[in-house]
Amino acid sequence: MSENNYKDLEDLAKDIRKKTIDSIGFLGVGHIGGAMSITDLLTILYYRKMHIDPDNPKMADRDKLVLSKGHAGPALYSTLAQKGFFPEEWLHTLNQGGTNLPSHCDMNRTPGIDMTTGSLGQGLSSAIGLTLAMKLDKSERNVFAIIGDGESQEGQNWEAAMTASQFKLNKLIAFTDYNKMQIDGYTSDIMSIDDPEAKWKAFGWNTDRVNGHSFAELDRAIDKARQSVDKPTMIIMDTIKGKGCSFAEGVITNHNMAFTYEQAKEAIEALD
Amino acid sequence: MSDKDMREVYTETLIEMAGTDERICVLEADLMRATGTGSFKDKFPERAFNVGVAEANMVGVASGLSAGGKIPWAATFGCFAARRTYDQFFISANYAQQNVKLVGTDPGVTAAFNGGTHMPFEDTGLMRCIPGLVIFEPCDSVSLKSLIKQATEHKGSTYMRLQRKGKYTLYSDTDEVILGKGNVLKEGDDLTIIASGYVMVPETLAAADLLIEEGIKARVIDMHTVKPLDRKLVVESAEKTGAILVCENHQKAGGLFSAVSECLGEEFPVPVAAVAVEDQFGQVGTLEYLKEAYGFTKENIVKKAKELMGRK
Repeated sequence: MSENNYKDLEDLAKDIRKKTIDSIGFLGVGHIGGAMSITDLLTILYYRKMHIDPDNPKMADRDKLVLSKGHAGPALYSTLAQKGFFPEEWLHTLNQGGTNLPSHCDMNRTPGIDMTTGSLGQGLSSAIGLTLAMKLDKSERNVFAIIGDGESQEGQNWEAAMTASQFKLNKLIAFTDYNKMQIDGYTSDIMSIDDPEAKWKAFGWNTDRVNGHSFAELDRAIDKARQSVDKPTMIIMDTIKGKGCSFAEGVITNHNMAFTYEQAKEAIEALD
Repeated sequence: MSDKDMREVYTETLIEMAGTDERICVLEADLMRATGTGSFKDKFPERAFNVGVAEANMVGVASGLSAGGKIPWAATFGCFAARRTYDQFFISANYAQQNVKLVGTDPGVTAAFNGGTHMPFEDTGLMRCIPGLVIFEPCDSVSLKSLIKQATEHKGSTYMRLQRKGKYTLYSDTDEVILGKGNVLKEGDDLTIIASGYVMVPETLAAADLLIEEGIKARVIDMHTVKPLDRKLVVESAEKTGAILVCENHQKAGGLFSAVSECLGEEFPVPVAAVAVEDQFGQVGTLEYLKEAYGFTKENIVKKAKELMGRK
């Protein structure tokens, strides 16, 4: 399959990036880095892979997503708004008092959010519970989970890693956003998670490693993960923190940064 | 006297409910033998999950099961349930408005031979800081069964302090034990003793008998639900008797004594005192040794009651 088959996704991802920069820029501060690094994954999941209905966010027997790195909520909000889960005007309320779009994902506030997250390390355990519930309901759907690389330093992930393989949760497909940066610097300098693929494999998971900004590679890896009969899958995505935001891409301080709405507009124009 | 240990009643009640309600699941963290839920697993193997020695993960998995429409009952020693899983229970279960029924076993001095590391004198206090959480501590087999059923029907998370071992029946099957309502066990006008749990309720009833011999009539209440507190009953008791003694197998800070004191301070201040652990850690020993060491005896309750009478 050639890259041309993903032209629509490229356009959609570009729009989601623009909306994300705009929503954070409208407020003037936010988690831009880790939002931009998972935008391509969210695009392919919500536009090609997930069985969902924007008009019926709580539809029974849908695929579910747990964004364990809950601070990347703004990228998910932009995706959900673009899909029609809620009005795009909401994006300008990000992190304002009384908003439905809080900094970290909240299933009770935002249509389309399947699990509340934000305290790092907890999402994968919740995703396991969701997968077990689906199994009890004899559902054939998938649960997708996205964890951060810095977040992988939380020990609870490794408790969850053992549990998912012990329970043979083949419907659980997880991704590590391996952008190699965390708040205080490079992950390798602070607390290395090298070589993540070997680690997950050692815990009994199928693993894969892809360029997290290549739709072709993501497409192939997700389809392969869906074929698993007795193991959960961890797809390690090599990504660039801040990808596509001109002033933030690859900048070590981009985890949570302040910028002006003028800067946001310039970055949005640069995407065209 | 019940012919069954409290933990047997726990598991039997869950099995009984699970037969008609497919949403009910059981989670354990390698304490299935201690909690006695093995028989649940025999009956409903697909709905019993042992996650190994990983309590934080257990509460996270329970939260996900709830988000998927199930009603998970997850149990471990109270020290781990409250201290080790606090953020997971706070965020993934309660902040996320999930329906996780967490059970902390071996409350306070009943951790006995596991000693200070395993002795939760602070679990109720920690849990009381979680907005909206329902917290209860049944003292006998009848109330245990009844409150488990009500907690299952309650929409939202709950925390139960569970006495695992020991057989005790206070109530009859026709008595009403309602979540959120205290039960008046004895009437009296001189002071009120509010107690909770398997250790303190029987001890308090015995103390009340000793007090009668000394001409003091105590009103005795089983306050099985710490949150939401039955404030109406607390205030009514303060008005009627003018003094309240709280007896709990927990430290003074944060637990039932704190809850009652906060209520009285706001609504009807009267002299109040506690039979509870001071600012101390737990220690190892027999249950009888520990009850003496921390003053959880009928004699000490009588002493504290008489001191309190002097403050009226």
